[in-house]
Amino acid sequence: MKFFNQTTTVLMKEILSEYKTKDVLISMLLFGLLVILMFNFAFEPDSEEIRNFGPGLLWMTFIFSGLLGMNRTFAGEKENKVLEGLMLSPISWNSIYLGKMLANLLFMLLAESIILCLFSLFFNYAIWPRIEWMAIITFLGTLGFSAVGTLLAAVSMNTRMSEVMLPILLLPLALPVILSVVLATTANFSTPTDQNSMIFWIKVLIAYDVIFITVPLMLFDYVLEE
Amino acid sequence: MVLLRKIHGSLTLLTMMGALYAIFVIAPRELTMGIVQKIFYFHVSAAWIGFFGIYVVFFCSLIFLIKGGRQWDIRAASAAEVGVIFFTLNLVSGPIWAKPVWGIWWTWDARLTTSFILWLIYLGYLMIRRLVENPEQRARLSAVVSILGSIDAPIVYMANRWWRTQHPQPVVAGDSNSGLHPDMQVALLLTLLAFTMLFFYLWKTRINLERAREDVDILQQTVQYHIKEAR
Repeated sequence: MKFFNQTTTVLMKEILSEYKTKDVLISMLLFGLLVILMFNFAFEPDSEEIRNFGPGLLWMTFIFSGLLGMNRTFAGEKENKVLEGLMLSPISWNSIYLGKMLANLLFMLLAESIILCLFSLFFNYAIWPRIEWMAIITFLGTLGFSAVGTLLAAVSMNTRMSEVMLPILLLPLALPVILSVVLATTANFSTPTDQNSMIFWIKVLIAYDVIFITVPLMLFDYVLEE
Repeated sequence: MVLLRKIHGSLTLLTMMGALYAIFVIAPRELTMGIVQKIFYFHVSAAWIGFFGIYVVFFCSLIFLIKGGRQWDIRAASAAEVGVIFFTLNLVSGPIWAKPVWGIWWTWDARLTTSFILWLIYLGYLMIRRLVENPEQRARLSAVVSILGSIDAPIVYMANRWWRTQHPQPVVAGDSNSGLHPDMQVALLLTLLAFTMLFFYLWKTRINLERAREDVDILQQTVQYHIKEAR
């Protein structure tokens, strides 16, 4: 119960500080929009190709804007030099990890919902008919990405080039997530929905999420120590 | 100790010469691929050592986090530096072999994709070691990264495998180990042995280098201290 309260406190603190400035959300949204724009010029947006590449493009957009948000995870503490204060407060460090991970998850999901609508708009890609499974897949994929990303944000914040190190470390490790979500989304949007394939990749996502929430929880203490 | 190193080095050299002899003289020429097939021995051995190396890094990192002790950190870092060389050899020799045999430089099947990802994880580990100043922190952070990476590697492999079996790709590579001629088996085993011995030799060399570096640092600090005292 105490752990739950501590996690909630950290989460609420993240939400509150984001609510005051809103810079993470706005930058994620703007960047997502720009990526969609770039993809529009990179690929001829006629409907046949979008059928094939749509899920991949969508998730590339989510990943790139998610990276932006992830970079800012510990930036607040670093800039204001309050990291030691956070570490000295009477909460278990695992609740810091979980609280920040849930905050990242929430911000990414918010940005993704808006980017999804914009994507559907710009590419005339009908998302609404398949929205239930889309929501589940997006949630699970973002959860896995955020779980590994938060740990690696803590790792890279100690390095000299922290903003560069995070993508270098995160993208290889998040590859199973990227593969699973793109394939699950493709299966979801194929006519008719390829249930077997989609359920299979959702199971892979769940397995990944379980492993990559447990392992960072065990390793986070070592990362935060000075 | 020095004598042991010299014996190890000489044995490694002898094994490598034996392997070269086995590859170029004993092992027969492959029917369809011809002499290009001989890359196979080096390519597979380099891959084996690359994968072996990352698990050496994983175990040393794990022991470092559990037990502590600078020695385990030095072992992990040295294994990563040596392992990445073998992995690079693997990734370079692969396309060189593939182009004349399959007609393509690269394909994204499970094994190749996993090799590439593992190589990137190695590089991420080495970058972390370059970019963190504080030695204790560097040791801990790189240990965490290597543990995450090593756990991820089998998942990447399986995910790619399932993906590829769902959408069968044109078969470009039969398993090279299926039905190997006994002379080829001898050549392969000798090369594997030679590469393994080389890995351990280079690993130990790198560890000794790191220890020597630390000794030099301590000596430098002592000298500077005495200079200050003398003033």
